[in-house]
Amino acid sequence: MKHLPDDTIVAISTPPGEGGIGIVRLSGRDAVSIAGRLFDSPRGVRLHSAKSHSIHHGFVIDGNSHQRIDEVLVSVMRAPRTYTREDVVEINCHGGSVPLMRTVNLALAAGARLAEPGEFTRRAFLNGRIDLSQAEAVMDLIRAKTDHAERLALQQLDGRLSVRIHALRDAVLDLCAHVEAYIDFPEDDLPDLVQTELAMSCMRIVRELNALSSRYHEGRLYREGAAAAIVGKPNVGKSSLLNALLDSDRAIVTDMPGTTRDVIEEHLNIRGIPLRIMDTAGIRESHDLAEQEGVRRSLRAIEGADIALAVLDGSRQPDTADRELMERLSGRKLLVVINKADAGIPHFMLGNAGISGSSVQPGSPFQVLLADGSAAQAIAVSAKIGTNIEELKDCIKSCLLPEENRAAGSSRDDLLITNIRHKHALDTAAGALDRAHASIRGAEAQEITALSLREALDALGEIVGIVTTDDILDHIFSQFCIGK
Amino acid sequence: MFKEQDFDIIVIGAGHAGCEAALAASRMGFETCLFTINLDTTAQLSCNPAIGGLAKGHLVREIDALGGEMAKITDRSGIQFRMLNLSKGPAVWSLRAQADRSLYRAFMKQVLEEQPRLHIKQAMVERIEAKDGRVHGIVTSLGVLYGARAVIVTTGTFLKGLMHIGMESFPAGRAGEFPSITLSDSLRDLGFQLGRLKTGTPPRIDAKSIDFDLLAPQYGDDPPVPFSYSTGRITNPQLPCYITYTNQKTHDIIRGSLDRSPLYGGRISGVGPRYCPSIEDKVVRFAEKDRHQIFLEPEGLQTSEYYANGISTSLPYDVQIALVRSIEGLEHAELMRPAYAIEYDYVPPTQIRHSLEAKAIAGLYFAGQINGTSGYEEAGAQGLMAGINAALHLRGKEPLILRRDEAYIGVLIDDLVTKGTNEPYRMFTSRAEYRLLLRHDNADFRLMDKGHDIGLLSGEAFEAFCLRRSRLERERTRLANERIKPGDALNKRLAELGTTPMPEDCVLEKLLKRPQVGYDLIMEFAPAPEEIPGDVQSLVEIQVKYDGYIKRQVELADRLARYEEKRIPDGFDFSGLPGLSREVVQKLREVQPRTIGQAGRIPGVTPAAVSILLIAAEKQWRQSKTS
Repeated sequence: MKHLPDDTIVAISTPPGEGGIGIVRLSGRDAVSIAGRLFDSPRGVRLHSAKSHSIHHGFVIDGNSHQRIDEVLVSVMRAPRTYTREDVVEINCHGGSVPLMRTVNLALAAGARLAEPGEFTRRAFLNGRIDLSQAEAVMDLIRAKTDHAERLALQQLDGRLSVRIHALRDAVLDLCAHVEAYIDFPEDDLPDLVQTELAMSCMRIVRELNALSSRYHEGRLYREGAAAAIVGKPNVGKSSLLNALLDSDRAIVTDMPGTTRDVIEEHLNIRGIPLRIMDTAGIRESHDLAEQEGVRRSLRAIEGADIALAVLDGSRQPDTADRELMERLSGRKLLVVINKADAGIPHFMLGNAGISGSSVQPGSPFQVLLADGSAAQAIAVSAKIGTNIEELKDCIKSCLLPEENRAAGSSRDDLLITNIRHKHALDTAAGALDRAHASIRGAEAQEITALSLREALDALGEIVGIVTTDDILDHIFSQFCIGK
Repeated sequence: MFKEQDFDIIVIGAGHAGCEAALAASRMGFETCLFTINLDTTAQLSCNPAIGGLAKGHLVREIDALGGEMAKITDRSGIQFRMLNLSKGPAVWSLRAQADRSLYRAFMKQVLEEQPRLHIKQAMVERIEAKDGRVHGIVTSLGVLYGARAVIVTTGTFLKGLMHIGMESFPAGRAGEFPSITLSDSLRDLGFQLGRLKTGTPPRIDAKSIDFDLLAPQYGDDPPVPFSYSTGRITNPQLPCYITYTNQKTHDIIRGSLDRSPLYGGRISGVGPRYCPSIEDKVVRFAEKDRHQIFLEPEGLQTSEYYANGISTSLPYDVQIALVRSIEGLEHAELMRPAYAIEYDYVPPTQIRHSLEAKAIAGLYFAGQINGTSGYEEAGAQGLMAGINAALHLRGKEPLILRRDEAYIGVLIDDLVTKGTNEPYRMFTSRAEYRLLLRHDNADFRLMDKGHDIGLLSGEAFEAFCLRRSRLERERTRLANERIKPGDALNKRLAELGTTPMPEDCVLEKLLKRPQVGYDLIMEFAPAPEEIPGDVQSLVEIQVKYDGYIKRQVELADRLARYEEKRIPDGFDFSGLPGLSREVVQKLREVQPRTIGQAGRIPGVTPAAVSILLIAAEKQWRQSKTS
């Protein structure tokens, strides 16, 4: 039995889809403290001291990058008056599937584990929350979801990926068998165990695991897609740009500023990546209540987006409003789009918008520097007559998949990790091997090294099949002549 | 049929399992009779004259902590003691002793004979009497009936034992002893499945013919550390072992004779242990190795027999002589006893419960090699548990079942009854998932309360333990509270030990947590107000240094224990469950796990199957509560 009966589980509890709102649910003994680690409240609310059955507004933040992932409402419900009779936290996200997945990822990194199929309901039943008559239904649910999940996992475990992970697991098994053989057979005439080689093997496997794990981002992009927000002052041609990308006329386009009062969402496929693109209301100070609401939603859409397309009007020089917008976008992944470049843009003053770059290159993407010192791609297009739209698509893709991401570990093939469980297992294994490495370097007792190696083996076993003690012993007996 | 007498408990076989079972049963207050085919080979060390070693040494300590005998007899008959693995971490330190074979037998027989309520008889048991799923007694080859409320079968390699030396084979229980033929059939008649295993032993060589000057001696520790918590000091003279190696010539002789090997000629059908291969197996399977190590182990103080550990074989006698004489130091060796392989019946252990009681027949217990294990220690541990549980059964009490995080004995029995085995099962430390908890040094802390509760551990041993425990607790409290100031003398010592000086004063525990700092430094600079014996010092140090790891394993074990508390009702119908594959149902029906935790450890039972089982068991449990 791998899983503890009361450990904290997490899952997206709303059906997959592109609806604006989704719920990430945590249940278990550390649900509140794990949620607390991802939650930042503008009013300084601390979840661990929050009352039971209370709701709090705030943001999901990535503790490492301090990036805001989504604006959320968090419900804290303490045992026993909850669905599972354990502590439960529900995080209501607004930004669609990408922030939902990220929130789950952050919960995993903070110590939760992904729920098994039907596990919330199973806990509800086992903890006496659901009565007997529902037991059959729970079993059916587990069976159905497991069948589905297993089929899905099989589909996701690409044959070559499986081969690769098997190879990595075997490498760890080999290390494990070496160390265990030295522990259990101290008087047998075994070949010398060279600590430096052991340490080097650990690090080699860690590098491979990390390379594979880094491909999750890319795999996720292809599988789940990404979200882009088109932002800009009113009337810079955001809706026209959306239409140009869509090659259709979905958004209402007029010359009157503020026509787009809500966030318009469209789905398109950019070079194989499913992209959910949001056309936002023009961001400016406004007294129109409907428009204020639109602006508020725009800002939220930006929070949840993987990339913001910051649109500037190339037919006019940028002004203070443009500069404010660029400042607002500071820290986001950004692609600067200079629209209305059909008339040519000989003297467009980038500096007015608070960015710098040599000068606008009419035909191809170019680099600019933002006020905060970070670099971004920029491109001049004409949404109206369709100039450079294909180049813009390439640009969007390369922004979503920076070279360093694609290069890592992919020199030999194109393996992608698309399943979050797989990524989590790879990361856990890499972490455990890191500890094994440290214990070898620190000349700790071998039994401590063995402990970490076993942990790594168990993690990889979650992907390609559990490794048992008997497997380790088999390996020892096939590798070494044991038998004093 | 002549009926001589009724007993409470009958034990069949006086090997290591049988002796522990008989002692435990009688010490717990039951009239017990121990049957053996040959009284002179009671507690025979039939393979190597050594007790303990990795994981096995842990088992011996655990037997001692519960009130068993093996550790004490080993201490009395030991002629070399070595603590193995000192550099690899305290959880895998392990004690191993060479024992004087005849002293071991004699001391054990004496203890058996002096034990009140224990009857000892030389007789061959032919049949087990059982009716309506309950055992009633046994019948011997003389046709004598003995009644009993519980019977413990500890027959070792004797069931249809078949010895092989080259192409010769003959029925035998061990070299020079009769096998038990009909008991095997009796078990089959009672409905048990039987399997076949194989093991082997090397030749014994006359010391007069060994050229010791050419060999490297290996001495034991001085002073030797005893196995038993009750032993004060080892008093026997201590002897070395000697190390030599096979060579290319030896390997050529073996390769040239494989056509006369019963193993390679297909005459042996039983499965042998991979961790203890015959020399012909080593040479064939590891052809690239140019030599194999041999330990020459003394068999006793009064005998000149040496046990050639490492060249177990079933090759013909003439080949045995040639291969032994090709080895350095053994050029003139004379064989006193030939090597042999032996095949025997065993009862695949998924047919018994954690209590070691047969699932099919109440009151019938199996322990030792008959359950597919190998090794004196594994046998002794099972014998002890079978004796305890037969006694508890007669008292009408719940059996004593040790968890995997409590004892190697728990790991051993849980593995056997959950996974079965198709090769002789030996204990390894890598089989224990809570290795840091199951240490050699803390067997008393893990098990003595239990041994005392069931009334098996002697009052003296328990009092000594209570004293040790309170000393430990006092010393830990002191280390957690008493502060030490940095001073020139201390910082100088710290520098010598390769660690940094103390920046400010701190509690002693913090200082002891440093890997380079040993308890001796604490003794030097902040001595305890009372004398702290060496074993308590070592325990304190391990507890302090490994605190983080130990806490993590304890927490994990405690949380997983919830699955062990989820009982699956007896006779639960696994076939009626929706969503379980036929394969999983078959496994579950075969093993009949008693808890959800155990079900999850059965190979092939998936986490989803465990989920379904959890719900079904909970459902049945709730239904039974309301009805």
